[in-house]
Amino acid sequence: MRNLLSGNEAVARGAWEAGVRVAAAYPGTPSTEILETFAPMPGIYAEWSPNEKVALDVAIGAAYAGSRAMAVMKHVGLNVAADSFFYASMTGLEAGLVIVNADDPDMHSSQNEQDNRRYAKFARVPCLEPSNSQEAKEMVGVALDLSEKFDTPVILRITTRISHSSTTVELGERAATERETPPEYRINTRKYVMVPGHARLRHPIVEERVRKIADFAAAFPYNRMEMGNTSLGIVTNGVAYEYAREVFPDASFLKLGMSYPLSEKLIREFSRRVDRLIVVEELDPFIEEEIRLMGIPVEGKSIFPICGELDPQIIREAAIQADLLSPSERPETVKIDKGTLPPRPPILCPGCPHRAVFHVTKKLKLVVNGDIGCYTLAFLPPQEAVHTCGCMGASIGVAHGMSKAKIKQRNVAAIGDSTFFHTGLPALLNTAYNKSNTTTIILDNSTTAMTGRQEHSGTGWSLQRQETGRVDFESLVKAMGIEDVHTVDSYDLKAVEKALRSALDNEGPSVVITRRQCALLPEARRQYMPLRIDEEKCIACGLCLHIGCPALLKSDEVYTKTGKNKVRIDPMLCTGCEVCAQICPQDAILFRAQIEEER
Amino acid sequence: MKKSDFILVGVGGQGTLLASDVLALVGLEHGYDVKKSEVHGMAQRGGSVVSHVRWAEKVHSPLIGKGEADFLLAFEKLEALRHLGFVRIESAVIVNDYAIPPVSVASGEDVYPDDQSIRQVLSQVTAAYHLVPGSKTAEELGNARTSNIVLLGALSTFLDVPAATWEKIIGERVPQKFVELNLKAFNAGRSLLGT
Repeated sequence: MRNLLSGNEAVARGAWEAGVRVAAAYPGTPSTEILETFAPMPGIYAEWSPNEKVALDVAIGAAYAGSRAMAVMKHVGLNVAADSFFYASMTGLEAGLVIVNADDPDMHSSQNEQDNRRYAKFARVPCLEPSNSQEAKEMVGVALDLSEKFDTPVILRITTRISHSSTTVELGERAATERETPPEYRINTRKYVMVPGHARLRHPIVEERVRKIADFAAAFPYNRMEMGNTSLGIVTNGVAYEYAREVFPDASFLKLGMSYPLSEKLIREFSRRVDRLIVVEELDPFIEEEIRLMGIPVEGKSIFPICGELDPQIIREAAIQADLLSPSERPETVKIDKGTLPPRPPILCPGCPHRAVFHVTKKLKLVVNGDIGCYTLAFLPPQEAVHTCGCMGASIGVAHGMSKAKIKQRNVAAIGDSTFFHTGLPALLNTAYNKSNTTTIILDNSTTAMTGRQEHSGTGWSLQRQETGRVDFESLVKAMGIEDVHTVDSYDLKAVEKALRSALDNEGPSVVITRRQCALLPEARRQYMPLRIDEEKCIACGLCLHIGCPALLKSDEVYTKTGKNKVRIDPMLCTGCEVCAQICPQDAILFRAQIEEER
Repeated sequence: MKKSDFILVGVGGQGTLLASDVLALVGLEHGYDVKKSEVHGMAQRGGSVVSHVRWAEKVHSPLIGKGEADFLLAFEKLEALRHLGFVRIESAVIVNDYAIPPVSVASGEDVYPDDQSIRQVLSQVTAAYHLVPGSKTAEELGNARTSNIVLLGALSTFLDVPAATWEKIIGERVPQKFVELNLKAFNAGRSLLGT
């Protein structure tokens, strides 16, 4: 039976069928759904780790112990996990280890579009790339077999388009059975204790391993030639293969399921059979450079763009420019005059507790060093309240650096609860140790919101829905040596302001924990109660509109003195957080209690 | 088998992704090769949502190029205009007569296009566009959230797939207690454009 699965669902299914016993990840778009899909499957252990480095260590440990294992992360997650990635390449493993890495060409939800095939070559680790969900499913097992055959971790590299496209998949059965006795760890210090003396022994083995895998790649079934007209030969991989097949239906193809290492024998054979050799690949000229190193003439990024995603249209247009296709191949499009359309960027949700906190930081004219999460969106108008954001956990270190550089303005770090556990912890420790005059705001909304509300060490629940311990933020921060700690309700503007003023006035490191559940969590949803505006009182000053809540709209009613439109509340969207009601200078927005009283 | 390429657009929270799921599964059930592609993650936060669904004998690319869609199904008027570049003269354009003003409109910085200019822009591409009361129909049936299925009903009148196939997939894909409501929504949508 054919099933329609997203690439992420297919990877999860593939991991289960291939007998993965332990999997770990930190949520990150576009990879998040992989572990969410895998976690409820029978006979496996799956966890959210606090960050990708820990997740990879967990998977490595399981593989050292003889269980097939999987670590899942988005591309920038591998930066965090890079240290572990490199030692795992040196040691090898006792059972298969697949690192599922999701790159994000076009940066749909990321700060860069780094091409992680570079990591494969950097660490001498093979890299497999599926073109659709069926291959994504199969390649998990293929990666694990390869891992065991050559004693190496293997990267399964997918991209956003593979992760979030659904294509047909044939399902299979699980290969592994329940163990009757626990496996014994076989001690082998020369292989698994990476001191210099042992590492020097391992390095030549690793180099030899890559040569052997390159030989193996010549007959690897997922590297395949599809011969057509031989005037044009296209080397391609991943989703780019699907695009190229559509744009060049008659050309000859070498589709590479393994993008590192390449088989020189295979490439030479293909190049001999075609007149002109081109590479169609997303992002970096990775395959192109490898082919060029073999001394084979090839074109690629001189024709196709290096930035952003490819699609059939981009490939077709580039091919027309390079005389690979005739301009008559261009589809007819209609020239449309639309005028300027109002943009619709992602925004903080109605009732989002972050909105309230940033209203206060803006009022206090603070420089806010932000971090990765929904709250990054507060950089947008009308709030414009986040001023730096680089990567996970950067906020606190950057704020500390600004303080030590003695900038004129008052400066804070703002970091979400999940991001704080991810990489904020050591940076906060640093503010205590190095006597920083930094205030850190921990925006605790009890979830990893941006990626779709996953559990973490502060929520009391695990990925597999086990009740578990819950970090006490205040004790944790105090144990680091930070005495000045405030906890406030994010919705309470006065309390947030008071705590921030006090923390900022204090010399030395301080922490303000603003706590309120994400408005999308079920418990918060149950408390929704739309507010109402007393239109008689509204003077159309527009102050409430400055917080950028989608539930506040311009009314058709006009305030006669100024001719400006009054404000109304969309009852479908308003959650009743009362932030606008606290801001209104005319008390025109009714609080929950006032509405209840009227009933 | 005749290929059909669909672009579905809407605003986060409108059920665009559920509608594309149903559409993709209907194609699969009818015997097509199917691919569906959407980028989510930010969608929940009120942004534009675009979904590509392709039916054909054999589908390679999960993405549809500009000017190559056979159908544009828009759950919101502004989003219809924003993504009009996907269609060409012969395409069918079905637009829910429903506006969700972006924040910049609500705060008065931008203006939402009026109905006359919306019609004017749509008619630049095709005279055969359909501005249908999807949300109004759904509300009359008792739940505004079924407007996505009403729109699918309208779309189904252009396709050579038996209504029973649609009803089967809707029955499997929506939560049990909403099946009846959604089937009503689907049939109400069908009557908006003909049958």
